[in-house]
Parts: sequence; structure tokens; C-alpha cells
Amino acid sequence: MANKPRVAIFDFTGCEGCELNQLNFEDQLLDILAHVDIVEWREAMDDRVDEYDIAFVEGSLSTPDCITRINEVRRKAKVLVTLGACASQGGVNAMKNTQPIEDVREEVYGQDKYLFPTLPALPVSAVVKVDYAVRGCPMTQIEFLKVFTSLVMGKEPIEPDHAVCVECKLRENECVFEKGMICLGPVTRAGCDAHCTTVGQYCTGCRGLVSEPNLKGMEEILTAHGLSVDEAWKRLELYNANQIEGVKP
Amino acid sequence: MSTNLDIKVKHLTRVEGHGNIVVNMKDGVLEKAQLDIVEAPRYFEAMLKGRSFHEAAIITSRICGICSLGHQLTSLKATEQALGLEVSEQTVLLRKLLVHGATLQSNVLHAYFLAAPDLLGVGSVFPLVGTHPEVVLRALRMKRLANDIGDVVSGRAVHPITPVPGGFTHIPSEKELLEIKRRLVEEMVPDYLATVETLKALAGAIPAFERDTEYISLRSDGDYALYDGDICSTDTGRIADGEYRKMTNEFIVPHSTSKHCKVSRSSYMVGALARWNNNHDRLCDVSMDAAEQLGLKPGCTNPYMNTIAQVVEAGHCALDSVAIIDQLLDNGLKDEQPNQEPTKFGTGIGATEVPRGILYHEYAYDRQGRITKANCIIPTGQNLANIDDDMKKLVPEIVDKTKEEITLHLEMLVRAYDPCISCSVHMLDVDFIE
Repeated sequence: MANKPRVAIFDFTGCEGCELNQLNFEDQLLDILAHVDIVEWREAMDDRVDEYDIAFVEGSLSTPDCITRINEVRRKAKVLVTLGACASQGGVNAMKNTQPIEDVREEVYGQDKYLFPTLPALPVSAVVKVDYAVRGCPMTQIEFLKVFTSLVMGKEPIEPDHAVCVECKLRENECVFEKGMICLGPVTRAGCDAHCTTVGQYCTGCRGLVSEPNLKGMEEILTAHGLSVDEAWKRLELYNANQIEGVKP
Repeated sequence: MSTNLDIKVKHLTRVEGHGNIVVNMKDGVLEKAQLDIVEAPRYFEAMLKGRSFHEAAIITSRICGICSLGHQLTSLKATEQALGLEVSEQTVLLRKLLVHGATLQSNVLHAYFLAAPDLLGVGSVFPLVGTHPEVVLRALRMKRLANDIGDVVSGRAVHPITPVPGGFTHIPSEKELLEIKRRLVEEMVPDYLATVETLKALAGAIPAFERDTEYISLRSDGDYALYDGDICSTDTGRIADGEYRKMTNEFIVPHSTSKHCKVSRSSYMVGALARWNNNHDRLCDVSMDAAEQLGLKPGCTNPYMNTIAQVVEAGHCALDSVAIIDQLLDNGLKDEQPNQEPTKFGTGIGATEVPRGILYHEYAYDRQGRITKANCIIPTGQNLANIDDDMKKLVPEIVDKTKEEITLHLEMLVRAYDPCISCSVHMLDVDFIE
């Protein structure tokens, strides 16, 4: 791009950990700033503007106000990129969608539940067109840099569509199942370089599911390794409640 | 300025989360001065129901990206108490090191990126890249090192990976810890002293405002209480952390999706200033020297000084991290597996000082190790009533200033609390109504 792209960053329903992860590029932050103009970012600056080339959006959509705001962002943005699990697939927020909404509101606010409006937690793509996704919880930093660099250079970012298991094998890790634990790597979209399984934790599925995941097969593996059917689907639900809806027994 | 005032700041900037400041004065009578919390509710307590003890900390760390380590450790402590899981001395030391890293990271981020622009009269940290590059680079260097503590010890600073019920899934190497120690001594300490110098030059821009309130934090007999301790109030003294409900008393107000809290008065304050007022006798000499240079005295009742108190304790976090690494290495690092065999299924409470104040998690588990009831009480939620009370005293005192100056004073007040609205709703705008 001849001119510096104008970048804006927005947050909806989420923990703002993805945005924080952008401030955590301490070694690259000044280089990033040299290639773009950040024109709007409520968490870090006061300015508000009317148009931008790239909008990065964090958080899921869960209130009427979110729907109004995301439509405005989409109108003003040439390219819209979701950051993290909440914006890309609904994330942990979507777990509330599996319970009756009145029960959820009552659990937290009791008899005052009607003071605060709420909707099922939705990914951004459920309401407006999303051009690219940086996945993960929090968003995977190496993937953000790849997508960011591609967009600044005017190239098409490539989204991985293979399982975390592939990257885990490339790291030469012992399979998590062999260690007596369970893992969601077989159905989870790669791109994180299998970081969690490399430091001894199981894959919790934060990067969303691969296209056409074999969820029934995943259930069989999880139950063969000690989980009940109910618990197996609960684990799958953690970041992907909206995606397993309809497949889950 | 006239005796009528109408200020409305929608979606206050440079705070974590969404909130509005609303101030309304008519014929010299203050009708409204409050912080509306408009963050979308997320219903974590409901989401936790039925979840395995393996998932509780993974889920609750997602309450907030900035405070994720604090939520995670508080959650683990509650789960471990409920399930009777003992943890090793090494686990406690590694967790204390993580708390120091996270506190250092958060306090530096707040002082340099969110609060300092007000003291310099600019809208964000970005113009400072051109005008004060050495200061910005120093801030980034300090933040990087603080985050590296998180990366090395917990796998990742935002939403840590390796801390699990009963211990860690991965133990850092001696080499990694020695490198962190070297950088703390050679880089962090000089950068910290330079930070104190920089802030000293700006401290004159901190508004003079006093309002005595109740200050609540953890306190322990040994160290500067962050990871654990009793609950300590400047009004009522010490009480065991299990009695936390007496020290919070959550209630719902229509203008906030985050619940409010009160104890002995209409409001109380948690956070770095409360920690300072309760525990300054536990700080190291470097922090005490910084406090003296920056004009922070015991019994401080100026909420704007919370930012200064954050910087003061950051020095302690840096130096105590060195001491903890020395102790870990003296003991010899052990490649321990986490202790995940429950000895009971009951109720457990965790109380931890996170950067914004005291955080409580409480869970009840069934015999399958699944959560039946969860309660999380968040520092920013505890501070909201205190912020409203501050605004009600502050506005009449500064009513002769211009509307812009009043708005700035109010924004700076809210920012001084370093509010974390994602957390509290599990917020900030200013509204003046004329």
C-alpha cells in the first residue's frame, strides 16, 4: 500500500486480553506503528474517527448495543479482522447459550435481572461479513503478526485448516493422551504452534474447530480416555458452544 | 463556571472496559455524580456451573485479559481448598513470582500508557513515541521483562497455561530463571529508578484532593501481602479470608452492570493505595525511598495517589522477585507433577491481591468434582461505590473550573483507580447534566 493503512481497534463482549496482547508486542510495537496509523483505539487513546482501512474487532456480540456498533464498524471499515476466540467463534461467552437465558440472568443478578439486556453470545460473523480471523484465546501472537504483515503488504492472509496435532507432532511432543490426560488437538484448528501441549497442558480448543471436524470420533477418543459422554461434550463446549450446537447429543 | 453543570463522557478512554461518567448539577445543587458501568454482562458465575475442576481456572482467567493471572491463581486457591489439594513450597514460590511479574506489568502499563498522558496533557502514549522516545522505550523494556516472567513461569503472560490445580504442568529451567534474575538486576532496577525520577517531575500535575475512606487489602505477618493473607481494614482490623462476605456485601444498582460493595461506611477502596496504607511497613527500602521522593505518605487519603502507590510497590515486586528466584534455586528446582487427587469435595475460598485490589473466588463442588455454585468478587466492583463518593465530594470543590477542566479531573480520578471493567462486569464515560 502506498499510504499507511489506517487501523482502528474495537472491543465488544470479552476480556480485552487480545488487545492487551497487542500492547504486549514490546519488541515489535514501534515497528508496527511505523507501518500503520492507529486512528482509533479506546483502550489506549482518546481519538474517534469516521473511516479506516482495517478494523480489528475483539469480543463476541451479546447485547443490542453490540449489534448497532458492529454494523457501524463494518460500514466504516474496508477490511474487518476478528481477534480471538470470542469474536471469531463466540468463545467462552457462548457457554451461556447452552443454558436457558432467564436462568443465566437470575444466577448472577437475582431479581434485578431485567435491569440489563442480554442476547445469546454470537461471533462477529453471525451479524456482519468478516474478512479474516486471528484465532486463539488470547489471540495467537504469531498469527496476528502474519495476518498484519500480509495486509500491510497487500497480500491475502492464509488461514490454517489442519489440526493442532500436526503442529504438535512437528514439535516432537509426546502425545497428550499417552500421558493419561485428554486433549482436543485432533479437532482444533492449528496456527498456535501447539504451544499449550508443548508446556504440558492439554489443548482446550481455543482456536476453534477445523472445517468438517469428526466430532463423533472425538467423543469416542475422549470417552475411551475416561470422560463420560456428557463431560466430553462439556470440554468441547468450552470455546465452541456455537459450533457443536446440533451435533452435541 | 455556572452553578449548572451537565457532563456526560460516553465510553471513557484509556481504561479497560466500557463506562460513562455522568455529572448533573442544578442551581448549585449536585443531583448526580456517578460512574455508569455499561460493559456487557458475561454471566461467568452461571457459565461455571457444572464445569470440571480442571476447567475452573481456565474459564475464570477469561474474565479479564489484564488480570488473567490473578483470576487464575485465586481460582486455583479456591479449588485446592475445596478439594483438599496440598501444594508444594516450590509451587507457592513460583506463584508468588508470577504475582510479582503480573503486578509489575500491570502497574507499569497503567502508569506509563494510561495515566501519564494526562500528566503530560496528551491524548495517548503514541505522541510520546516522537517526543519522549527514551521514556517509551524504557516503559516497553520494563513491560517486556515483567511479561517474560509470565511467559517463562506460566507459559504465557495473558491467560497463563501451566498453573493448574495442585501445581504446574511445566517447571521453568534454572537457566531461564537465572536469565530473568540477571535482567531484573541489570535492567529493571535502573529502569525503575529512572521511572521514579520521571514521575517526580510530573507529580506536580496530580490533583490535590482528599477524602478519607475505609481501605481494605490483604495483610500477612511475613511479607508484603499479595498472594495470600488475612483481610485487613483500616476501620476494623484483620479478619480471616473465609469471612470475605462480611467484607464485601455486594449489592446491585441500576446504573451499573457491575455490582457495588460496602462494609463499615457507604464505600471502601481497594488497590495499591489500600495496600500501601495497610502494608507500607512490609515494603523494601527501594520502594520506601521511591515513596518519599514521590510524596506518598502512610495514611494517604488522595485517591489520585493510587498511581503513585502502584509505582512504589512495583520496586518491591522487582526486588522480591530476585529474592524468590534465589530461594527457588537454593532449594533446587524439582520436576514435580501437579497434585490432582481430591481428598474431599466441598467449598473453598481464594483471596489474592491483584493489581487493582483484593479478589475473591468461592466455589462449591459436587462429588464428581464439578462446580455447583460459584461467586467471584472483583476489585473494580468493590471500588465503584468509592469512585461515586469521590465524585460527589470532588465536583463541588472544583465547580469554579471550566467544564473541560472538571471533565479532565473526573476522567483522571476514574483512571487513577486503574479500573478494570471487563472484570467488574464480569467500564467508563463522563456525563455532566446542566
